[in-house]
Amino acid sequence: MESVGYHILGGIVTILVAFTVGLTYMGLSRKITARVQNRKGPPFYQNFIDALKLASKESAIHHGFMQHVGPAFLMVTSIMSVLVIPVLNNGNWFPNLNFHGDLIFLLYIMVFGPLGMALGAGQTGNPNSAIGITRGLSQMVGFEIPWVMALVALMMQYQTTSLVDLLEIQQIHGWLMFSSPFAFLAAVMAMLGMFRYSPFDIVSAPSELASGPASENGGKYLFTMMSSGSIFAFAKLVLYVDLFMGGAGNLIELLVKTFVIYLIPMLYGIVSPRYRTEQAIRYFWGWPLFFGFLALIHALAF
Amino acid sequence: MINDKNSQKIADFIKNWARKHSIWVLGYGTGCGAIEIPPTMTSRYDAERLGVRGAATPRQADVLLITGYLTTKTLKRVIRVYEQMQDPKYVIGFGSCTINGGMYYDSYNTIKVLDKYLPVDVYINGCMPRPEAVLAGFAKLQQLIAEGKATGAQKYKENHEYYRGNLRKIIGNKYEMPLYNW
Repeated sequence: MESVGYHILGGIVTILVAFTVGLTYMGLSRKITARVQNRKGPPFYQNFIDALKLASKESAIHHGFMQHVGPAFLMVTSIMSVLVIPVLNNGNWFPNLNFHGDLIFLLYIMVFGPLGMALGAGQTGNPNSAIGITRGLSQMVGFEIPWVMALVALMMQYQTTSLVDLLEIQQIHGWLMFSSPFAFLAAVMAMLGMFRYSPFDIVSAPSELASGPASENGGKYLFTMMSSGSIFAFAKLVLYVDLFMGGAGNLIELLVKTFVIYLIPMLYGIVSPRYRTEQAIRYFWGWPLFFGFLALIHALAF
Repeated sequence: MINDKNSQKIADFIKNWARKHSIWVLGYGTGCGAIEIPPTMTSRYDAERLGVRGAATPRQADVLLITGYLTTKTLKRVIRVYEQMQDPKYVIGFGSCTINGGMYYDSYNTIKVLDKYLPVDVYINGCMPRPEAVLAGFAKLQQLIAEGKATGAQKYKENHEYYRGNLRKIIGNKYEMPLYNW
Protein backbone atom coordinates (compact mmCIF):
# COMPACT_ATOMS: atom_id res chain seq x y z
CA MET A 1 0.00 0.00 0.00
CA GLU A 2 2.79 2.41 0.87
CA SER A 3 4.35 2.40 -2.59
CA VAL A 4 5.43 5.49 -4.49
CA GLY A 5 2.85 4.91 -7.23
CA TYR A 6 0.07 4.82 -4.66
CA HIS A 7 1.19 8.17 -3.29
CA ILE A 8 1.44 9.77 -6.73
CA LEU A 9 -1.99 8.51 -7.77
CA GLY A 10 -3.44 9.65 -4.47
CA GLY A 11 -1.90 13.09 -4.94
CA ILE A 12 -3.48 13.42 -8.39
CA VAL A 13 -6.88 12.37 -7.00
CA THR A 14 -6.51 14.91 -4.17
CA ILE A 15 -5.68 17.73 -6.59
CA LEU A 16 -8.58 16.86 -8.90
CA VAL A 17 -11.03 16.71 -5.99
CA ALA A 18 -9.70 20.03 -4.65
CA PHE A 19 -10.06 21.67 -8.08
CA THR A 20 -13.63 20.43 -8.57
CA VAL A 21 -14.81 21.25 -5.07
CA GLY A 22 -13.14 24.67 -5.04
CA LEU A 23 -14.61 25.74 -8.37
CA THR A 24 -18.06 24.44 -7.37
CA TYR A 25 -17.92 26.40 -4.11
CA MET A 26 -16.97 29.57 -6.01
CA GLY A 27 -19.87 28.98 -8.40
CA LEU A 28 -22.24 28.41 -5.49
CA SER A 29 -21.02 31.64 -3.92
CA ARG A 30 -21.84 33.50 -7.15
CA LYS A 31 -25.29 31.90 -7.13
CA ILE A 32 -25.93 32.76 -3.47
CA THR A 33 -24.70 36.32 -3.98
CA ALA A 34 -27.12 36.65 -6.89
CA ARG A 35 -30.05 35.32 -4.83
CA VAL A 36 -29.24 37.76 -2.01
CA GLN A 37 -29.30 40.58 -4.57
CA ASN A 38 -32.67 39.30 -5.87
CA ARG A 39 -31.21 38.09 -9.17
CA LYS A 40 -31.45 34.72 -10.84
CA GLY A 41 -27.71 34.39 -11.10
CA PRO A 42 -25.47 32.19 -13.22
CA PRO A 43 -25.69 28.40 -12.97
CA PHE A 44 -23.46 26.86 -10.30
CA TYR A 45 -21.19 25.36 -12.97
CA GLN A 46 -20.54 28.78 -14.54
CA ASN A 47 -16.97 28.82 -13.21
CA PHE A 48 -16.17 25.59 -15.07
CA ILE A 49 -17.34 27.23 -18.32
CA ASP A 50 -15.24 30.30 -17.53
CA ALA A 51 -12.21 28.10 -16.84
CA LEU A 52 -12.69 26.20 -20.11
CA LYS A 53 -13.01 29.44 -22.05
CA LEU A 54 -9.95 30.98 -20.41
CA ALA A 55 -7.92 27.85 -21.16
CA SER A 56 -8.94 28.00 -24.82
CA LYS A 57 -7.98 31.65 -25.27
CA GLU A 58 -4.72 32.68 -26.87
CA SER A 59 -2.15 34.53 -24.76
CA ALA A 60 0.28 36.66 -26.71
CA ILE A 61 1.61 38.78 -23.84
CA HIS A 62 5.24 39.09 -22.92
CA HIS A 63 6.65 41.35 -20.23
CA GLY A 64 9.54 39.22 -19.05
CA PHE A 65 10.41 35.93 -17.41
CA MET A 66 8.84 36.46 -13.98
CA GLN A 67 5.53 37.44 -15.54
CA HIS A 68 5.24 33.96 -17.02
CA VAL A 69 6.39 32.26 -13.82
CA GLY A 70 4.23 34.25 -11.36
CA PRO A 71 0.99 32.24 -11.79
CA ALA A 72 3.04 29.03 -11.65
CA PHE A 73 4.29 30.05 -8.19
CA LEU A 74 0.68 30.30 -7.05
CA MET A 75 -0.11 26.88 -8.51
CA VAL A 76 2.93 25.26 -6.85
CA THR A 77 1.96 26.72 -3.48
CA SER A 78 -1.63 25.51 -3.76
CA ILE A 79 -0.59 21.99 -4.72
CA MET A 80 2.07 21.79 -2.00
CA SER A 81 -0.35 22.91 0.71
CA VAL A 82 -3.15 20.61 -0.42
CA LEU A 83 -0.74 17.67 -0.42
CA VAL A 84 0.43 18.35 3.14
CA ILE A 85 -2.98 18.84 4.75
CA PRO A 86 -4.71 15.55 5.66
CA VAL A 87 -8.02 15.50 3.77
CA LEU A 88 -9.74 12.66 5.63
CA ASN A 89 -9.06 11.18 9.05
CA ASN A 90 -8.14 7.68 7.94
CA GLY A 91 -6.61 8.94 4.69
CA ASN A 92 -7.09 5.79 2.62
CA TRP A 93 -8.16 7.56 -0.55
CA PHE A 94 -6.10 10.67 0.03
CA PRO A 95 -2.62 9.63 1.14
CA ASN A 96 -0.56 12.72 1.69
CA LEU A 97 2.85 13.84 2.63
CA ASN A 98 2.27 15.18 6.13
CA PHE A 99 5.08 14.95 8.64
CA HIS A 100 5.90 16.18 12.12
CA GLY A 101 6.13 19.94 12.01
CA ASP A 102 3.81 20.40 9.03
CA LEU A 103 1.98 23.25 10.80
CA ILE A 104 5.16 25.34 10.73
CA PHE A 105 5.77 24.34 7.10
CA LEU A 106 2.20 25.47 6.24
CA LEU A 107 2.76 28.83 7.94
CA TYR A 108 5.65 29.45 5.56
CA ILE A 109 4.31 27.90 2.37
CA MET A 110 0.97 29.73 2.50
CA VAL A 111 2.65 33.11 2.00
CA PHE A 112 5.08 31.83 -0.64
CA GLY A 113 2.59 31.91 -3.54
CA PRO A 114 1.43 35.51 -3.10
CA LEU A 115 5.08 36.60 -2.90
CA GLY A 116 5.89 34.85 -6.19
CA MET A 117 2.82 36.38 -7.76
CA ALA A 118 3.94 39.78 -6.47
CA LEU A 119 7.26 39.38 -8.29
CA GLY A 120 5.45 38.36 -11.48
CA ALA A 121 2.94 41.17 -11.29
CA GLY A 122 5.69 43.64 -10.54
CA GLN A 123 7.42 42.84 -13.80
CA THR A 124 4.36 43.66 -15.90
CA GLY A 125 4.90 47.30 -14.95
CA ASN A 126 1.19 47.98 -14.82
CA PRO A 127 0.56 50.64 -12.15
CA ASN A 128 -2.61 48.84 -11.04
CA SER A 129 -0.57 45.71 -10.36
CA ALA A 130 1.90 47.67 -8.24
CA ILE A 131 -0.87 49.19 -6.14
CA GLY A 132 -2.53 45.78 -5.82
CA ILE A 133 0.71 44.22 -4.57
CA THR A 134 1.20 46.97 -2.00
CA ARG A 135 -2.32 46.48 -0.72
CA GLY A 136 -2.04 42.70 -0.71
CA LEU A 137 1.17 42.64 1.30
CA SER A 138 -0.21 45.21 3.76
CA GLN A 139 -3.32 43.10 4.23
CA MET A 140 -1.17 40.01 4.70
CA VAL A 141 0.72 41.76 7.49
CA GLY A 142 -2.70 42.41 9.01
CA PHE A 143 -4.19 38.93 9.03
CA GLU A 144 -1.06 36.84 9.38
CA ILE A 145 -0.46 38.03 12.95
CA PRO A 146 -3.72 36.77 14.53
CA TRP A 147 -3.49 33.63 12.37
CA VAL A 148 0.04 32.83 13.56
CA MET A 149 -0.96 33.59 17.16
CA ALA A 150 -3.88 31.16 16.92
CA LEU A 151 -1.66 28.41 15.51
CA VAL A 152 1.10 29.04 18.07
CA ALA A 153 -1.50 28.88 20.84
CA LEU A 154 -2.64 25.47 19.55
CA MET A 155 0.96 24.26 19.33
CA MET A 156 1.70 25.40 22.88
CA GLN A 157 -1.51 24.03 24.35
CA TYR A 158 -1.16 20.54 22.89
CA GLN A 159 2.65 20.33 22.71
CA THR A 160 2.68 19.31 19.04
CA THR A 161 3.40 20.77 15.63
CA SER A 162 1.73 18.00 13.68
CA LEU A 163 -1.74 18.14 12.12
CA VAL A 164 -2.19 14.38 12.48
CA ASP A 165 -1.47 14.61 16.21
CA LEU A 166 -4.06 17.36 16.55
CA LEU A 167 -6.59 15.18 14.71
CA GLU A 168 -5.90 12.30 17.11
CA ILE A 169 -6.26 14.60 20.13
CA GLN A 170 -9.63 15.76 18.81
CA GLN A 171 -10.87 12.19 18.40
CA ILE A 172 -10.24 11.66 22.12
CA HIS A 173 -11.11 15.05 23.62
CA GLY A 174 -13.65 16.55 21.21
CA TRP A 175 -13.36 19.48 18.82
CA LEU A 176 -10.69 22.09 19.45
CA MET A 177 -13.31 24.71 18.58
CA PHE A 178 -14.68 24.20 22.13
CA SER A 179 -11.52 23.40 24.07
CA SER A 180 -9.59 26.41 22.69
CA PRO A 181 -12.32 28.88 21.67
CA PHE A 182 -10.16 32.01 21.52
CA ALA A 183 -7.79 30.49 18.99
CA PHE A 184 -10.81 29.52 16.91
CA LEU A 185 -12.21 33.06 17.01
CA ALA A 186 -8.87 34.61 16.06
CA ALA A 187 -8.38 32.10 13.24
CA VAL A 188 -11.89 32.62 11.84
CA MET A 189 -11.48 36.39 11.88
CA ALA A 190 -8.11 36.03 10.13
CA MET A 191 -9.82 33.76 7.58
CA LEU A 192 -12.00 36.67 6.45
CA GLY A 193 -8.85 38.35 5.18
CA MET A 194 -7.35 35.15 3.84
CA PHE A 195 -10.25 34.52 1.47
CA ARG A 196 -10.18 38.09 0.13
CA TYR A 197 -13.92 38.41 -0.18
CA SER A 198 -15.56 41.74 0.41
CA PRO A 199 -14.97 43.78 2.65
CA PHE A 200 -11.36 42.61 2.33
CA ASP A 201 -11.25 42.42 -1.48
CA ILE A 202 -8.94 45.41 -1.56
CA VAL A 203 -6.31 43.52 -3.54
CA SER A 204 -8.25 42.73 -6.68
CA ALA A 205 -10.92 45.43 -6.44
CA PRO A 206 -12.17 45.34 -10.06
CA SER A 207 -13.92 48.69 -10.06
CA GLU A 208 -11.00 50.44 -8.42
CA LEU A 209 -7.76 48.76 -9.46
CA ALA A 210 -8.77 46.86 -12.63
CA SER A 211 -8.30 43.53 -10.79
CA GLY A 212 -4.93 44.47 -9.30
CA PRO A 213 -2.02 42.03 -9.70
CA ALA A 214 -3.93 40.03 -12.33
CA SER A 215 -4.57 43.00 -14.57
CA GLU A 216 -1.99 42.07 -17.22
CA ASN A 217 -2.83 38.37 -17.08
CA GLY A 218 -5.48 37.01 -19.40
CA GLY A 219 -6.31 33.70 -20.99
CA LYS A 220 -4.20 30.79 -19.80
CA TYR A 221 -2.49 32.80 -17.05
CA LEU A 222 -5.85 33.71 -15.58
CA PHE A 223 -6.91 30.06 -15.90
CA THR A 224 -3.85 29.03 -13.89
CA MET A 225 -4.61 31.63 -11.24
CA MET A 226 -8.27 30.64 -11.10
CA SER A 227 -7.57 26.92 -10.72
CA SER A 228 -4.83 27.53 -8.17
CA GLY A 229 -7.21 29.79 -6.26
CA SER A 230 -9.85 27.07 -6.14
CA ILE A 231 -7.34 24.41 -5.01
CA PHE A 232 -5.99 26.80 -2.35
CA ALA A 233 -9.51 27.62 -1.13
CA PHE A 234 -10.17 23.90 -0.66
CA ALA A 235 -6.83 23.49 1.14
CA LYS A 236 -7.60 26.33 3.55
CA LEU A 237 -11.11 25.06 4.26
CA VAL A 238 -9.82 21.54 4.96
CA LEU A 239 -7.12 23.00 7.20
CA TYR A 240 -9.76 24.79 9.28
CA VAL A 241 -11.87 21.64 9.50
CA ASP A 242 -8.80 19.63 10.55
CA LEU A 243 -7.70 22.16 13.12
CA PHE A 244 -10.95 23.06 14.83
CA MET A 245 -13.77 20.71 13.76
CA GLY A 246 -12.17 17.32 14.25
CA GLY A 247 -11.49 16.50 10.63
CA ALA A 248 -13.90 14.37 8.62
CA GLY A 249 -14.45 10.62 8.40
CA ASN A 250 -15.83 10.55 4.86
CA LEU A 251 -16.22 12.82 1.87
CA ILE A 252 -19.84 13.88 2.56
CA GLU A 253 -18.98 14.96 6.11
CA LEU A 254 -15.98 16.85 4.73
CA LEU A 255 -18.12 18.68 2.16
CA VAL A 256 -20.72 19.67 4.77
CA LYS A 257 -18.13 20.94 7.24
CA THR A 258 -16.05 22.83 4.66
CA PHE A 259 -19.15 24.46 3.19
CA VAL A 260 -20.27 25.63 6.63
CA ILE A 261 -16.84 27.20 7.15
CA TYR A 262 -16.94 28.66 3.63
CA LEU A 263 -20.28 30.34 4.35
CA ILE A 264 -18.68 32.57 7.01
CA PRO A 265 -16.47 34.76 4.74
CA MET A 266 -18.99 34.54 1.89
CA LEU A 267 -22.07 35.71 3.80
CA TYR A 268 -20.05 38.32 5.66
CA GLY A 269 -18.82 39.55 2.30
CA ILE A 270 -22.21 39.82 0.60
CA VAL A 271 -23.52 42.35 3.09
CA SER A 272 -20.33 44.39 3.48
CA PRO A 273 -18.90 47.17 1.35
CA ARG A 274 -15.18 47.33 0.65
CA TYR A 275 -12.73 48.56 3.30
CA ARG A 276 -9.83 50.83 2.58
CA THR A 277 -6.38 49.38 3.24
CA GLU A 278 -5.81 51.08 6.56
CA GLN A 279 -9.32 50.16 7.74
CA ALA A 280 -8.65 46.51 6.91
CA ILE A 281 -5.38 46.51 8.84
CA ARG A 282 -7.01 48.30 11.76
CA TYR A 283 -9.71 45.61 11.76
CA PHE A 284 -7.17 42.77 11.96
CA TRP A 285 -5.11 44.48 14.63
CA GLY A 286 -8.22 45.04 16.73
CA TRP A 287 -10.43 42.18 17.93
CA PRO A 288 -8.58 39.34 16.11
CA LEU A 289 -5.33 40.38 17.77
CA PHE A 290 -7.11 40.61 21.14
CA PHE A 291 -8.49 37.10 20.73
CA GLY A 292 -5.04 35.95 19.65
CA PHE A 293 -3.56 37.25 22.92
CA LEU A 294 -6.38 35.62 24.89
CA ALA A 295 -5.66 32.34 23.08
CA LEU A 296 -1.97 32.55 24.05
CA ILE A 297 -2.86 33.27 27.69
CA HIS A 298 -5.38 30.43 27.63
CA ALA A 299 -2.75 28.09 26.21
CA LEU A 300 -0.25 29.10 28.88
CA ALA A 301 -2.73 28.87 31.75
CA PHE A 302 -4.20 25.46 30.90
CA MET B 1 -6.28 11.31 -34.84
CA ILE B 2 -5.40 14.69 -33.30
CA ASN B 3 -5.29 16.41 -36.69
CA ASP B 4 -8.35 14.63 -37.95
CA LYS B 5 -10.99 16.97 -39.34
CA ASN B 6 -13.81 15.49 -37.29
CA SER B 7 -11.98 15.66 -33.97
CA GLN B 8 -11.10 19.28 -34.76
CA LYS B 9 -14.79 19.89 -35.35
CA ILE B 10 -15.67 18.41 -31.97
CA ALA B 11 -12.98 20.50 -30.23
CA ASP B 12 -14.24 23.64 -31.97
CA PHE B 13 -17.79 22.84 -30.91
CA ILE B 14 -16.77 22.50 -27.25
CA LYS B 15 -14.63 25.65 -27.33
CA ASN B 16 -17.35 27.68 -29.02
CA TRP B 17 -19.90 26.42 -26.50
CA ALA B 18 -17.66 27.64 -23.65
CA ARG B 19 -17.02 30.98 -25.37
CA LYS B 20 -20.71 31.42 -26.00
CA HIS B 21 -21.66 30.92 -22.36
CA SER B 22 -18.87 32.97 -20.86
CA ILE B 23 -18.71 36.47 -22.30
CA TRP B 24 -16.57 38.96 -20.39
CA VAL B 25 -17.34 42.47 -21.49
CA LEU B 26 -15.04 45.45 -21.47
CA GLY B 27 -17.31 48.47 -21.69
CA TYR B 28 -15.80 51.48 -23.41
CA GLY B 29 -18.39 53.79 -21.92
CA THR B 30 -17.56 57.31 -22.99
CA GLY B 31 -20.83 57.81 -24.85
CA CYS B 32 -24.17 58.43 -23.19
CA GLY B 33 -25.30 54.84 -23.91
CA ALA B 34 -23.19 53.57 -21.03
CA ILE B 35 -26.07 54.47 -18.71
CA GLU B 36 -27.99 51.46 -20.05
CA ILE B 37 -25.30 49.00 -18.97
CA PRO B 38 -25.87 49.11 -15.17
CA PRO B 39 -29.57 48.11 -15.44
CA THR B 40 -28.56 45.33 -17.82
CA MET B 41 -26.08 43.95 -15.31
CA THR B 42 -28.05 44.42 -12.07
CA SER B 43 -31.14 42.83 -10.55
CA ARG B 44 -33.78 43.86 -13.07
CA TYR B 45 -32.32 42.29 -16.22
CA ASP B 46 -29.40 40.31 -14.74
CA ALA B 47 -27.09 39.61 -17.67
CA GLU B 48 -24.93 37.37 -15.47
CA ARG B 49 -27.42 34.52 -15.81
CA LEU B 50 -26.36 34.32 -19.48
CA GLY B 51 -22.70 34.25 -18.51
CA VAL B 52 -22.20 37.91 -19.45
CA ARG B 53 -19.88 39.52 -16.92
CA GLY B 54 -17.83 42.66 -16.73
CA ALA B 55 -14.09 42.40 -17.26
CA ALA B 56 -11.71 44.82 -15.62
CA THR B 57 -8.91 44.99 -18.18
CA PRO B 58 -8.53 44.43 -21.94
CA ARG B 59 -6.29 41.42 -21.27
CA GLN B 60 -9.16 39.52 -19.65
CA ALA B 61 -11.99 40.67 -21.91
CA ASP B 62 -13.69 38.90 -24.80
CA VAL B 63 -16.02 41.63 -26.01
CA LEU B 64 -15.30 45.30 -26.53
CA LEU B 65 -18.59 47.11 -26.04
CA ILE B 66 -18.47 50.57 -27.57
CA THR B 67 -21.36 52.53 -26.15
CA GLY B 68 -22.18 55.47 -28.37
CA TYR B 69 -20.09 57.96 -30.28
CA LEU B 70 -16.32 58.03 -30.47
CA THR B 71 -14.47 61.28 -30.86
CA THR B 72 -11.37 61.38 -33.02
CA LYS B 73 -9.40 61.88 -29.82
CA THR B 74 -10.60 58.68 -28.16
CA LEU B 75 -10.41 56.61 -31.35
CA LYS B 76 -6.68 56.00 -31.01
CA ARG B 77 -7.15 54.74 -27.45
CA VAL B 78 -9.98 52.44 -28.43
CA ILE B 79 -7.86 50.90 -31.16
CA ARG B 80 -4.99 50.42 -28.71
CA VAL B 81 -7.40 48.75 -26.28
CA TYR B 82 -8.71 46.48 -29.03
CA GLU B 83 -5.20 45.45 -29.99
CA GLN B 84 -4.38 44.63 -26.37
CA MET B 85 -7.25 42.15 -26.16
CA GLN B 86 -6.48 38.47 -26.68
CA ASP B 87 -7.97 36.26 -29.40
CA PRO B 88 -10.79 35.35 -29.82
CA LYS B 89 -12.25 38.83 -29.42
CA TYR B 90 -15.44 40.49 -30.57
CA VAL B 91 -16.72 44.04 -30.92
CA ILE B 92 -20.27 45.19 -30.27
CA GLY B 93 -21.34 48.58 -31.61
CA PHE B 94 -23.95 50.00 -29.29
CA GLY B 95 -26.43 52.68 -30.33
CA SER B 96 -27.08 54.59 -33.53
CA CYS B 97 -23.90 56.63 -33.26
CA THR B 98 -21.73 53.64 -34.06
CA ILE B 99 -23.80 52.76 -37.13
CA ASN B 100 -24.13 56.04 -39.01
CA GLY B 101 -23.28 58.81 -36.59
CA GLY B 102 -26.79 59.10 -35.13
CA MET B 103 -27.49 62.56 -33.80
CA TYR B 104 -23.84 63.47 -34.39
CA TYR B 105 -24.15 62.87 -38.14
CA ASP B 106 -22.69 66.30 -39.00
CA SER B 107 -20.31 66.70 -36.11
CA TYR B 108 -16.77 67.68 -36.97
CA ASN B 109 -14.98 65.68 -34.30
CA THR B 110 -16.77 62.35 -34.01
CA ILE B 111 -16.38 59.36 -36.28
CA LYS B 112 -19.56 58.26 -38.06
CA VAL B 113 -19.14 54.63 -39.06
CA LEU B 114 -17.36 52.46 -36.52
CA ASP B 115 -16.96 49.57 -38.94
CA LYS B 116 -14.31 51.49 -40.87
CA TYR B 117 -11.95 51.44 -37.89
CA LEU B 118 -12.80 48.28 -35.98
CA PRO B 119 -14.41 45.04 -37.22
CA VAL B 120 -17.86 45.13 -35.61
CA ASP B 121 -19.50 41.74 -35.07
CA VAL B 122 -22.91 42.85 -33.79
CA TYR B 123 -24.71 46.18 -33.88
CA ILE B 124 -27.35 47.11 -31.33
CA ASN B 125 -29.62 49.71 -32.85
CA GLY B 126 -31.41 52.48 -30.98
CA CYS B 127 -30.87 55.82 -29.36
CA MET B 128 -30.55 54.56 -26.75
CA PRO B 129 -31.15 50.81 -26.91
CA ARG B 130 -33.05 49.53 -23.90
CA PRO B 131 -31.65 46.67 -21.78
CA GLU B 132 -33.90 44.22 -23.66
CA ALA B 133 -32.20 45.28 -26.89
CA VAL B 134 -28.78 44.89 -25.28
CA LEU B 135 -29.66 41.36 -24.17
CA ALA B 136 -30.95 40.62 -27.68
CA GLY B 137 -27.60 41.84 -29.01
CA PHE B 138 -25.72 39.49 -26.69
CA ALA B 139 -28.01 36.64 -27.73
CA LYS B 140 -27.19 37.39 -31.38
CA LEU B 141 -23.48 37.39 -30.56
CA GLN B 142 -23.85 34.05 -28.78
CA GLN B 143 -25.56 32.63 -31.86
CA LEU B 144 -22.77 33.91 -34.12
CA ILE B 145 -20.09 32.47 -31.82
CA ALA B 146 -21.79 29.09 -31.74
CA GLU B 147 -21.96 29.03 -35.54
CA GLY B 148 -18.33 30.13 -35.78
CA LYS B 149 -19.30 33.25 -37.74
CA ALA B 150 -18.00 35.89 -35.33
CA THR B 151 -14.69 36.27 -37.16
CA GLY B 152 -14.13 39.99 -36.75
CA ALA B 153 -10.66 39.58 -35.29
CA GLN B 154 -9.54 37.53 -38.30
CA LYS B 155 -10.95 40.16 -40.64
CA TYR B 156 -9.00 42.83 -38.76
CA LYS B 157 -5.75 40.92 -39.19
CA GLU B 158 -6.33 40.31 -42.89
CA ASN B 159 -7.38 43.87 -43.72
CA HIS B 160 -5.14 45.65 -41.26
CA GLU B 161 -3.95 48.21 -43.84
CA TYR B 162 -7.52 49.16 -44.72
CA TYR B 163 -8.46 49.84 -41.09
CA ARG B 164 -5.20 51.68 -40.37
CA GLY B 165 -5.62 53.72 -43.57
CA ASN B 166 -9.03 54.89 -42.47
CA LEU B 167 -7.56 55.89 -39.13
CA ARG B 168 -4.83 57.89 -40.91
CA LYS B 169 -7.46 59.73 -42.97
CA ILE B 170 -8.94 61.07 -39.74
CA ILE B 171 -5.94 61.82 -37.58
CA GLY B 172 -3.21 62.19 -40.20
CA ASN B 173 0.07 60.45 -39.56
CA LYS B 174 -0.01 61.34 -35.89
CA TYR B 175 -0.48 57.79 -34.67
CA GLU B 176 2.08 58.34 -32.00
CA MET B 177 1.07 56.19 -29.09
CA PRO B 178 4.07 55.06 -27.06
CA LEU B 179 5.11 51.49 -27.69
CA TYR B 180 5.01 49.13 -24.74
CA ASN B 181 7.80 50.31 -22.54
CA TRP B 182 7.21 47.89 -19.71
